[in-house]
Amino acid sequence: MKKYLIATLCITTILAAESNLQQKTAKSVIQIWMWGGPSQNDTFDPKPAAGYDYCGPLDKAIPTNIPGIEINASLPMLAKIADKYSIIRSMTHGINAHESAAYYVQTGHKPGIGLVYPSLGAIVTAFKIKEYKGKIPPYIVLTQSQGRFSEEGFLGPLYKPFVTGGDPNQKVFAVEGIIAEGISEQQQIRRRQLLKKLDTLGRLMPDYPDFIFFDQAESEAYEMILGETKKIFDLSLEPNEIRDRYGRNSFGQSCLVARRLVEAGAVYITINYSGWDTHKQHFQAMQRKLAEFDQGLSALLEDLEKRGLLESTIVWCCGEFGRTPKIDWEPPWNGGRGHWGHCFSALVAGGGFKGGMVVGASDEKGAYVVQRPVYPEDLLRSILRLLGIDPDGCLPNDKGIDIKVMPYPEGYSGLGELVEIMR
Amino acid sequence: MKRIYKGIGFFLLIFTQILFCSVERFEDKTFNIPENIIDIKVNALLSQYNAKMRSPCSDYVFIRRVYLDIAGRIPTIEEIDSFINDNNPDKRKILIDKLLETDDFALYWAMKWADILRIKSEYPINLWPNAVQAYHRWIYEKIRENMPYDKFARQLLTSSGSNFRVPSVNFYRAIQGRSPQSIAKAVCQTFMGINFDKLPQKQQENLSLFFSRVAYKKTLEWKEEIVYLDPEPKRIRTAFLDGKSVEISPEKDPRVVFTDWLISPQNQYFNKNIVNRIWAWIMGQGIISPVDDIYGKDSPGKEILAELENELIKSNYDTKHIIRLILNSRTYQQSSIPTPDTKNPEIQFAFYKVRQMEAEVLLDILSYLSGRGEEYVSQIPEPFTYIPRENRNIALADGSITSTFLINFGRPSRDTGLESERNNKPNEKQRLYMLNSSDVQKRINTSPVLRKAAAQLWKNTKACINMIYKIILSRPPTEQELSTIEEYFNNSGVLPYQVANDVAWALINSKEFIFKH
Repeated sequence: MKKYLIATLCITTILAAESNLQQKTAKSVIQIWMWGGPSQNDTFDPKPAAGYDYCGPLDKAIPTNIPGIEINASLPMLAKIADKYSIIRSMTHGINAHESAAYYVQTGHKPGIGLVYPSLGAIVTAFKIKEYKGKIPPYIVLTQSQGRFSEEGFLGPLYKPFVTGGDPNQKVFAVEGIIAEGISEQQQIRRRQLLKKLDTLGRLMPDYPDFIFFDQAESEAYEMILGETKKIFDLSLEPNEIRDRYGRNSFGQSCLVARRLVEAGAVYITINYSGWDTHKQHFQAMQRKLAEFDQGLSALLEDLEKRGLLESTIVWCCGEFGRTPKIDWEPPWNGGRGHWGHCFSALVAGGGFKGGMVVGASDEKGAYVVQRPVYPEDLLRSILRLLGIDPDGCLPNDKGIDIKVMPYPEGYSGLGELVEIMR
Repeated sequence: MKRIYKGIGFFLLIFTQILFCSVERFEDKTFNIPENIIDIKVNALLSQYNAKMRSPCSDYVFIRRVYLDIAGRIPTIEEIDSFINDNNPDKRKILIDKLLETDDFALYWAMKWADILRIKSEYPINLWPNAVQAYHRWIYEKIRENMPYDKFARQLLTSSGSNFRVPSVNFYRAIQGRSPQSIAKAVCQTFMGINFDKLPQKQQENLSLFFSRVAYKKTLEWKEEIVYLDPEPKRIRTAFLDGKSVEISPEKDPRVVFTDWLISPQNQYFNKNIVNRIWAWIMGQGIISPVDDIYGKDSPGKEILAELENELIKSNYDTKHIIRLILNSRTYQQSSIPTPDTKNPEIQFAFYKVRQMEAEVLLDILSYLSGRGEEYVSQIPEPFTYIPRENRNIALADGSITSTFLINFGRPSRDTGLESERNNKPNEKQRLYMLNSSDVQKRINTSPVLRKAAAQLWKNTKACINMIYKIILSRPPTEQELSTIEEYFNNSGVLPYQVANDVAWALINSKEFIFKH
């Protein structure tokens, strides 16, 4: 990991970040990315009074354990632990295209000309890498990459997250590159020796810089392949009750892996949770997805708290936008919801975010924000702040680009960072 | 005392023998390569630095290198054997000529152009799929038919029409932003290797004016767009990069006025840029470096550049002629193993730079070994992407169609068109993938070519190892390597078939495999 070099350009920022470390700051982030855009009405911003055309079969709100806060009845387990998280009901950016919205929500920049900006995960990694001592990559995506989105942006491939591949709900979570099924440790060692002996060109050019990089990268890789490191991904080490509590599905088990990664010191984990782009037959999909979402996320929050990790771990959860409040019952949609960037919900927890609160509000149908608009920049700035990173500082990079970590929303009209729910 | 000296002497003898023994596969000191016009200039330069050319590379190194550089792949066993067994002293030249006429060449070099022309469907370029295919196809065809480079540039810069029907207009669409400023920036970078942002404000404004009448309009067809010249009469007063002012009357296309100047002898950067790029594409490093930013920069190799520029003009902008000159030079055909006197950073561009092969090329080779290509199925880019396995990765037209493999091995995102976007540096994610991924395991286990070789292991171990070496490293093993493997075979207690797999695995993970050398 030594090779993650940070430009001295931003020394002041780094020093500032370090001095903040003395105070209580969040250490890790788990981002649950609901790719495709989940419906706000059917999750954290229920509107039972709006009628069937807006609610369909998911027309009930239930009280949570915090008086006055209700969420959709589709999330009963999360309703019992509303003290552990806060809900933002006034996320907005007005963009209805997946790629632009996903970019904006995760980088804090609207698509435009010029630079391709890094995701929050890459930014956090760029700041934390200096003090990072873990043996696993600091920035990890479970289990597939987002495709449309290059997380590293102009920071370059070093800040591309490690993508696990595999499926934690299978017997063996075959983390691509780290866990190879059917190859014993003994065989690994024997092959490594063979490789060393057959490296003829390498021996002829021992001081060639790229070869030295190559050998370093290889040693780092072997630390993961041969050492204890790979046990982090071994869910068979977890009691069955715990695995059951998270839910025996890919999402639930990914949440469990995320917790184990936090314990191992990973800096930023994204659970790339797709399947929310429900244009057609929306409610059939919701029945299935909301149940596993409810189970997995509630288990994660409870488990993190039980282990004393919630205080230092930020969990944030949303999609790139919400969905049209009004349901399209006509064929070919047969009860579908389209893209909706005017108003959507996000959940934040831990790492200095207070629980049991609601930020902002939407109108009676969940269509537009009526109170305290929260732009992606506001949310991302708040997360950075809790991590001890000054969002107004400059972003370390080796390209010599002088740029602020995270901008304010353009045409600034909101209240900015989420101070009302921050420690 | 004497005995100790004797001991050391004996040790040194053994040591040099081992070293020589391995070098012998990479170098051929006896091979006689005629000196060409590049070599004269390079030798003159090297002597200024008290350096000499390295030994000529061996035929084995040459055939692998030239396949990788021209065709973006490694040679098959049959291609290796017929080349090695050929006694024609001109066989290297003949092979170069043959490869330059292949489809592989056009595909591989179209990939280089697609990088610098930013061909991708989605953000931040937003060329969209139909235009991507049309544009990429056009570039491939122009390389295939060896269109003179001045005409190639002229067509990209002066076309008007639909992005589907006149593919070259996509030059004006494959840019971040549509302002005259953004266009001028892309033009400077692509055709002159000039970083527009570093130019004085006034020059930026002047250059932008040439593109101030480029206009775009939509049609009813999905993502079709017409690039045209804004018909509103406008008289433009501006100046070229060299400071010469010009007044363009409304009936004239200012893009044509600019292009005339671009290609004229008044502008030195048009020719310099392309020969410098070609040099870098082949040798691994520009004579002026970085190739994205050559404006006003000097280089100890300026006479080599001047010679190549001269050749370009003399050959009527035949870029293949330049490629051929470089490939046939003694300079290109040097061994890549450095000698102490050739380590001076000032003259590194005069040697073949050892570097990791491109992500797409590596994946193609892995596909060749496993007998199974990559399939791309995705909702991205819209409306839907399906690329069949038969398609080579170097032929992927669209920078938006990608995979974790391609990203981790440094394929450029095609956002800026800068050569520096491609990152061929090793990293740990690459090593994890190569050393231990199920994907590489599976490729080795199911490889038809390797299986054929492994079948011989019992009967004739040497022949089997020989084949595996040729398949993966394009050369036979050294004695030392053979004995290492025989020892592994006899002592590791591993099943014979597994031995073949382990050897193949080790070779695929060796530097010699993954680095062009």
